[in-house]
Amino acid sequence: MTQIMLTGSGGQGMILAGIILAKAGILDGLNVTQTQSYGPEARGGASRAEVILDTDEIDFPKVVAADVILAMTQEAADKFSPKLRAGGTLIVDPAGVHTVPAVDGKVHVVEITKLAKEVTGRTVSANIVALGAMNQACSLVSPAALAAAVADSVPKGTEAVNQKALAAGIAAIGA
Amino acid sequence: MPNQSRVLMQGNEAILEGALAAGMRFYAGYPITPSTEIAELAAERLPKVGGRFIQMEDEIASMAAVVGGSLAGVKSMTATSGPGFSLKQENLGYAIHGDIPCVVINVQRMGPSTGLPTSPAQGDMQQARFGSHGDYGIIALTPSSVSEAYYLTIRAFNLSEQFRVPVILLTDEVIGHMREAVSLPDPSELTVAERRKPTAPKGEHKPFAPDAKGVPTLPNFGDGYRFHVTGLIHAEDGFATSNPKLVDQAVRRLTNKITDNIDEIYEAEQREIADADIVVFSYGGTARAARRAVRMAREKGLKVGFYRPITIWPFHDEMVRNAIAGKKAVIIPELNLGQMAREVERVAHGTTTVIPVTKVTGEILTPAEILAAIEEVR
Amino acid sequence: MAIAGKIPTRKYLRQDRLPHIWCPGCGHGIVMQALVRAIHNVGLSQDKTVIVSGIGCSSRASGYMDFDTIHTTHGRALAFATGIKMANPELNVIVMTGDGDASAIGGNHLIHAARRNIGITCICLNNNIYGMTSGQFSPTTPECALATTAPYGVIDPSFDLCKLVQAAGASYVARGTAMQARMLEKYITNALKNDGFSFIEAIDQCPTYFGRKNKLGDAYAMMKRQQETSVSVSKAAAMTPAELEGKQVVGELWNSPRPEYAKSYDQVIAKAQQGGGR
Repeated sequence: MTQIMLTGSGGQGMILAGIILAKAGILDGLNVTQTQSYGPEARGGASRAEVILDTDEIDFPKVVAADVILAMTQEAADKFSPKLRAGGTLIVDPAGVHTVPAVDGKVHVVEITKLAKEVTGRTVSANIVALGAMNQACSLVSPAALAAAVADSVPKGTEAVNQKALAAGIAAIGA
Repeated sequence: MPNQSRVLMQGNEAILEGALAAGMRFYAGYPITPSTEIAELAAERLPKVGGRFIQMEDEIASMAAVVGGSLAGVKSMTATSGPGFSLKQENLGYAIHGDIPCVVINVQRMGPSTGLPTSPAQGDMQQARFGSHGDYGIIALTPSSVSEAYYLTIRAFNLSEQFRVPVILLTDEVIGHMREAVSLPDPSELTVAERRKPTAPKGEHKPFAPDAKGVPTLPNFGDGYRFHVTGLIHAEDGFATSNPKLVDQAVRRLTNKITDNIDEIYEAEQREIADADIVVFSYGGTARAARRAVRMAREKGLKVGFYRPITIWPFHDEMVRNAIAGKKAVIIPELNLGQMAREVERVAHGTTTVIPVTKVTGEILTPAEILAAIEEVR
Repeated sequence: MAIAGKIPTRKYLRQDRLPHIWCPGCGHGIVMQALVRAIHNVGLSQDKTVIVSGIGCSSRASGYMDFDTIHTTHGRALAFATGIKMANPELNVIVMTGDGDASAIGGNHLIHAARRNIGITCICLNNNIYGMTSGQFSPTTPECALATTAPYGVIDPSFDLCKLVQAAGASYVARGTAMQARMLEKYITNALKNDGFSFIEAIDQCPTYFGRKNKLGDAYAMMKRQQETSVSVSKAAAMTPAELEGKQVVGELWNSPRPEYAKSYDQVIAKAQQGGGR
């Protein structure tokens, strides 16, 4: 079982990123659950998506001890990093996270927002960059499934630019 | 890439897909979190299949419109959450009393009153049974997964037509907003109950005369039977009566048509009950955490069984009694202050220790919390 | 219009449900008769017409009429009727409601049914009182009048339902009285012909509660007053507000056809099936 949290603020596309990851899990033949928590506001405020991937039947659909946490903002990093299991992976975007919280695990600082801006010209693709980085760092799903799930989920006409964003995230972690 | 037929679907989306597969073609509703996705999808999908959607001026009106739509011969539904469910009770009672099939989805959120609009809860369990005034029977189903939400919505429509009663799909924010993989069946694989039509000629047919199961056969408006429906206690011809014998028959039938057919209506999932010392009784979204806790307890060598009512109303006293008989304890985790524990306690009648595990923080119960309760049993 | 007396009204009534429960002198039977005659005039099929009513004395009318009939919950008749019309637009849907039913507990539904211009003809039998519960004031009870819940006189301003419904968007609005039953029949006939939301305010009398409490005499005296206080639309146009005080304007107050709601939804269906939307 792999437990993943994607956290940030409302409007950063964390829930869509969670949905894409869950779709990729289905393409890989896994059982998946995707849940979210958000405040009443559509923009701003803490937002988190949780994804569980498992070869077995998934009972409890929420993250108990995260294998991977993505944090796009300081608030999210501080609030959710205690959920990281020992030896888990924390991925942060320095655009939002200035002080990386101490965790008992690996930390990747990836210029997610900056890369999105550089590669696509827009920061809205940051969530796709983040997916590429997360998957490259933690091998959550097969690269082909992730690429297919991205293509299936983004607005029509933006497929190519989002594949570039995904590739940028993958490249940021390296082989 | 195996299992390509599986799609990622949200609980609320699965409910609407299930409703469409069951033949729902009229939806009347009012926006309320966390059920709104159902209305939004109904607005988009219904006209594509020739159905009709209307956003009414309030929750009361949407329930009334659903009853009207059903009497006009179209399978009809609405969806809401706590505050709206309270408002719907008036015309839900009308539908019960008028033997009018319809489906009401309640995606429960934290109450009382406006409560916590986006937080999960299971606080409407007793309201679903007793929320409208007077005595009656009702059917309520509680899904524990997105896939089950799909199938139970279809079953809700089927039971509604078979027993001519409103059926409540009593789900919660956890299931409503969760996404899971669902394999949608081919429509030809589904069993869909259609409305029975009267066989007696016009002028002789009594719309409220019960069959062997206690269920009447109402014509649809426009079929030429020219019959009368009223919220007043009515005789088999549909017209108001105060004849004590007929009143007694009419009122008892509304309860009996459900309780007398409970074995046809009731479904429950039971796991590892036979050798268990302790039974965890859980339903809806909470049952996911409970099932995990039971697995964890078994891994620790504790003899724990799992009982999950899928049909929550009517409550099957005999089946629950059999499942808990001779056990050391029955643990009931739920997101309220013990609403279903009351029912289990009534059935246990002092012979088995009933331990409610309650939570009203706006958060869901975790497997660890339920496991702790299991481990406390001595 | 057919000649008076030649209309076979009995065929539209459930003879086995009669006599009705209305008090001697009550105006509701006259309004029901006007409706039945209007249905005959327009030629609506008995098998394809649904009479929907709420709760109250006037709402008992549905039980006496030989159609598909539904006596719903208090104030909700228009909401039930909206569901019936939307689910099966082929049906002719007629609502019979009282002043309390339509304008107090059901006021919201009245506004929105009018706003949608859904194909329903709504007849509000306005006797200025809650009769079924024995004489409490309603939103149309005149100011200063007495009622069991206004023993010192009503201080609530009285509601002009026709103005309300017209402003909300109904395409046909008329007011008549039980006394001038032939006129009422004409208005209901035209209302049934209108493809949209039609509203008829039928002023009638409750001698038992409103009349007795306010010393207005018997039914005959009350009906005479209906005629005396009625002013036609054309006459009213030339009168000052002061001159219209205590009078009611009768006639066709508004007749302005616009798209009917269920038909507009047909276009939604067409658009959705052509792959539009989103």
